[in-house]
This record gives sequence, C-alpha cells and structure tokens, in this order.
Amino acid sequence: MLSRRHLIAIAASLVFGVSAYAQEKSIVVASTTSTEDSGLFKHILPLFKAKTGIDVKVVAQGTGQALDTGRRGDADVVFVHAKSAEEKFLAEGAGVKRYPVMYNDFVLIGPKSDPASINGGRDIVAALKIIKDKGAPFISRGDRSGTHIAELNLWRAAGIDIEKDKGPWYKSIGQGMGAALNTAAASNAYVLSDRGTWLSFKNRGDLTISVEGDKRLFNQYGVILVNPQKHPHVKKELGQAFIDWLISPEGQKAIADYKINGQQLFYPNASDPSA
Amino acid sequence: MRAPTADLPISFESVTVSAGAVTILDHVTLTLACGPPTVVIGPNGSGKTTLLRAAMGLVKPSAGRITWGERENVAPVRRAIVFQRPVMLRRSARGNIRYVLRSSGVARAERNSRIGELLGLVGLEHIAHRPARRLSGGEQQRLALARALARDPIVLFLDEPTASLDPAATKAIEDLVHTISERGIKVVMSTHDIAEARRLAGEIIMLHHGRIVETGAAMSFFDAPKTDEAKKFLAGELLI
Amino acid sequence: MPTDVSALQLVLTGDPVLVAIVGLSLAVSLSAVFLAALVGLPCGALIALTQFPGREAVIVVLNALMGLPPVVVGLAVFLALSRSGSLGSWGLLFTPQAMVIAQAVLVSPIIAALTRQTIEDLWSEYRDELTAMNIGPIGRVATLIWDARFSLVTALLAGFGRAAAEVGAIIIVGGNIDGFTRTMTTAIVLETSKGDLPLAVGLGMVLIAVVIAVNALAWGVRRAGERLAG
Repeated sequence: MLSRRHLIAIAASLVFGVSAYAQEKSIVVASTTSTEDSGLFKHILPLFKAKTGIDVKVVAQGTGQALDTGRRGDADVVFVHAKSAEEKFLAEGAGVKRYPVMYNDFVLIGPKSDPASINGGRDIVAALKIIKDKGAPFISRGDRSGTHIAELNLWRAAGIDIEKDKGPWYKSIGQGMGAALNTAAASNAYVLSDRGTWLSFKNRGDLTISVEGDKRLFNQYGVILVNPQKHPHVKKELGQAFIDWLISPEGQKAIADYKINGQQLFYPNASDPSA
Repeated sequence: MRAPTADLPISFESVTVSAGAVTILDHVTLTLACGPPTVVIGPNGSGKTTLLRAAMGLVKPSAGRITWGERENVAPVRRAIVFQRPVMLRRSARGNIRYVLRSSGVARAERNSRIGELLGLVGLEHIAHRPARRLSGGEQQRLALARALARDPIVLFLDEPTASLDPAATKAIEDLVHTISERGIKVVMSTHDIAEARRLAGEIIMLHHGRIVETGAAMSFFDAPKTDEAKKFLAGELLI
Repeated sequence: MPTDVSALQLVLTGDPVLVAIVGLSLAVSLSAVFLAALVGLPCGALIALTQFPGREAVIVVLNALMGLPPVVVGLAVFLALSRSGSLGSWGLLFTPQAMVIAQAVLVSPIIAALTRQTIEDLWSEYRDELTAMNIGPIGRVATLIWDARFSLVTALLAGFGRAAAEVGAIIIVGGNIDGFTRTMTTAIVLETSKGDLPLAVGLGMVLIAVVIAVNALAWGVRRAGERLAG
C-alpha cells in the first residue's frame, strides 16, 4: 500500500520533474505552424539529433506568436519567415543575430470554378486586384503569421488598402494555414498558402493552385538565437549549435533533400547575404 | 453498582429548550442518578426525544442548565445514545463496531475480542460480515446497541428502541436492556408503550407538552399515580 | 505517425507514436485528477462541514467554477509559467508538467464542488451519530470521505472526463510539441489543421474508446467494492 509519504513524493515529482528536463540536451525552438505542417522538421531534426545528440522541441505557432515566445524567453531559438518582423525583433535586443536559412514560396489557391478568372496566371498583384474588383471570396489567416504579413504586403503592392477596401468577400479567420485551407475548401474561396502546407494538405475539396511563380511570392526564412543577456537561462551553446547546423552545408543539403511527392519545398540560401 | 463517575448524576435545572417560537421542553428539573432504568413516558410530541438528546449533550438549553457530575459541558466520552432510527455506517456489522472501538481509543489487539463479545451479546455473530445497511430493522437496532456499548458508557440513552419492531425483536431488545442494566450501566429510555414501561422501569418520568407531569419509583407510579394527567394516560386516554 | 494510413491501421499495428500519444494523454489527465483530488477532496469536505460567513457565496462560486473555460485556464497558467511570468524560474512551460498543472487547475473545482455536495448529503445523515460518538473534526472528514468513497469516485471520473476531453488548456501550455507534449486531443487539432480529417476522426474514436475503458474500469472497481461493503 502506498503510504502518504510516497504519494506526496509522486505528486511532487510530477509537478517538479523540471530538474530532469534542465539536464537533458534539448532546446526549444519557436517556429511557425506552416513550417511544422509541411513536415520539414520531421525530416531534418532526426538528422541533427543523430549528429549532435540534441533534442529539438518545436513549438509551432504563428510568426507573431513565435517571436513573442522568444521575447518572453520561453524559447531558445526562433525560426520564422517574416524578415521585417525579425529585424524589429533584433532591434529590440530580443535576439542576437539573424541568419538567412532557406526560402519557399507562396501560392494562391482557389476553386477550380475560378470565380475571378485568374487560374493559371503568374502575376499575383494583378490577380489580387481582380479578386477585389469582383468581390470573389477570399480567406485571410489574420493571425500576424508570416503568411498573413506576406498577404498584407501583396495587397499593398497591388495598391489596395485592404483594411478600408475589404468587404464581406474577405474573411479573416485568425487561425493557422491548415484551418484557412479547410475554410477555403468549404467555402470555395481563394487563399494565400505556402507551398509546403498545400502539398501535404489532404482536404482539398475543389481547390487547386491559381497563381504561382511570381517572384513576389517568395518567402524567406531566418533563424535567430534568443538573447541570453535578456534571458540568462537560454541554452546558448546548444541553440547556436542548431543554427550553425542549419546553415552548414550538411544542414542546407538536408533542407534541400526534403520533398513531398518528389517535389522540393524549401530552397536553402544561407550563403545569400541579401536574403 | 459502579462507583460514581464524572457523567452521573445528570441534573437538569429548570431547563427550557425552544426552537423559534415553539417550546419543546418547559422548565424541566430532574436528576438522573445511578440505579435501575429510568423510563420516560408520555404522548407523542411531549418532548421525550429532546429530553434524551439534551441529557446526552446534543441539544443546548435555551434557558437553565444541565450538569453532568456537577460540571457543565462534559464531552460525551462515557455516554452513548441509540437514536430512534439509528444510522448504520457504510461498513459491515463488524466494521461499525470496530469503527467505534477505534475512535474510543481501544488498542488494536483488543478490538477483535471486543467485537466478538459485543456481537455475541446482541446475537448478531452470524451476520458479522454483512453490510450493516442491509440488516433488518431489528438487527440494525441491535447493532446500534452493540455500537453504543462499544464506547463503554456509564449512561446509555435509548430513544424508543422498540417503536418499529415486531414482538420477537422487541423481546430481544428488552432482554438486552435487563442485561445491560445488571452490568451497572445506567439506562435512560423513552417509550410510548405503557406495558413496556411497566416491564422495564425502575423509575418513571412522565412528560406532557414539554413539562414534567409526574416522576417516581415505577411501582408507586403505576399503582397509584398522583396527577390527573398520569391517571388518564395510564387509563389509555388520549392526552391533548 | 504515418499520415496516409487510417487510425484503425495504426491501432491494429500498435504504431509506437500512437501508443506514446495515448500514453501521454492518460498520464497527463490521470496525474491532473490525482492532484486535483488532493486539493479538491479536503476543500470540498471542509466547506461541507464548516459554517463561516459567506459560505453560500463560496458554494455558488465553486459550482460556477466547474464551468471554467479551459482556454482561459490555459492562458492563465501560460502567463504564470512563462519565463517572463511569476513562476518562470520553474522552467515548466511547454512541458507535460505544465499540462498536468493546467488540467489540475481546471478539474479541482469540479472535484471540490461534487465532493462538497456528496459530503454535505452524507453529513446530514451521519451528523447525529458522529456527534454522539464524540468524533472530532478530522475524524469526521476522514469518515465521511471513506464512507462516501463510491460517490467520490464518480466525482473523480467526472474530473477525468473533463481533463481527457479538453484541448484548449494543454495546447497553450504544452505547445503541442511532436513527441513531447502531443496528446490525443492536440494531435486531433493538428491533423484537422493539416486537412487529414479521416485520421483526425479516427484519433477521436480512439480517444473515446480510451475514456470509456477508464470509466468501465472504475465501474468494475465500484461494483466489487459495493459487494464487499454495502
């Protein structure tokens, strides 16, 4: 029979098993749901662990939330795709240095019935103008994610102030990429998605790729170590080891090798100084 | 007879118990001392139950005072009560008695023998392991009695112990009252059955509307009641 | 967990990732109920048995807390456990421990409120006897809890059901980390957001089956116990 002391010990160890975790070789990386949903981490993290023995725990959130997690010191590394937000992060002193890692691209997804008659196009800005003019249904992630920020930038590039010009055709759902695709499939709407999530997405309904290949649809990823001066508990050596691996030839090759249905999703470009 | 101890005599000094506007006991003065059983009689609603509960220490008087061995507020360590509808704990018959023995501080080594003794006394050894709540009314009454005795009381209160029992069960209880009384435990019980009072009482207290109508040794009460109410009651008339 | 495979196939082949996820779900929810019971049982019993000013208000609030929204609890625990929060130095955010804590907070009021009701009912039955037996306050609490144990187990099961079913709290404080803080409910959220609805539905059924199994086990224990003690 368990004595009362045993029970207290079990309860204490459940709540305070933290010491076990602190000693493990692991880091917490705040990244985005689209990166996680693409399956990239499942491919590259085992390779990293085999090489260094470090466990990478990925918390997948929207870009805005991921950077906030870094600001609060709840992650050791942030790995997102919104350069302006990342630079702001650095300017605040929340991170040490930004390293470009890879890029993927966005695609405009839309229904096969193509209410805006834009399918097959290569000009995203023109397509968005038509969508607004025709009031074709459009789903926005609305969650401060990298994808959302990219979408807002594209509206701006089309000369549209989307906050003012939106109508009932524009639905902002405040959720991740998968949820946005689900909503678009259910309501036969257009939605901006990263290619990776689209390739692994199963609930396509009547959706297909409407517009792709425009240079303005390229999506750059950066990785940043959370500033240990602000948060002394940050595992800076292990975190830096992860960053170093990502930009190393080995890491870059692992990224390039990741394919869905034979198609490469991410293009490594750590060596590009302007990225 | 046991040497006088802390709980006896129990003394009521002009005790009144009210609940809101209703007076249940009205200036009751009496003494319960060592000796043969005291039986409290009277029509329903006369305050018998409250009298017993007050003497047990469960009810605080609204006026007047109650003392046990000349002291007030004595905790009920050596007193026990069997309520009119006793509540069985959700355990076996043995378990109920063991519970009381343990809470009374009886050493673990002694408990088993005491349980056996008490169950034997009340004739329940054959169902020692049965869940107490599944016993019949008469069996539960006997178990409650055994439980009360497990506390090794000096005074034992019984509130209408045979009210809902058949004659055989009633006889079993009455025989136990004799046995217990012979062991030197002071029994104070209430009943609305005059014949039972005759069988068991050494002393009678009669209540009506919360007041004491008459008290006395049993023989003189039954042979020669002094008050009109007592006479009417013994003659079987309804007392309003 | 392979994604082009149905949940049934994963169950039948004993897919290790699925097993780990089910194991984590059970470990988190059962631990949470255990902690919640440590807090909720005595609190509920105490409120049932003591008189104090404002007692009725406390009971109303306690009952209302049974409906605490899980996401709100998750958010509150998240803010506390974040490194920038008051308990940040514990470093518990995004760990299974954080999930246990959040669910324990969520479930404690349920156990406390149901305990209070059960104990109060039993006390009204036992009051005279226990008072007459001169049982002190601690003895009363222990006796009532023991004698009411079957109804209290039902209260614990209600708590477990709540914990096992919720996702709002644990996804916020746990982060749904693959292989670390991913449970049945958070995995369902993930697979749904990836559009793999058949897998999500399958996982949902596995979750329901697991919860039913736990309840059946508790029922069996209760029946066996009842036969022994009545």
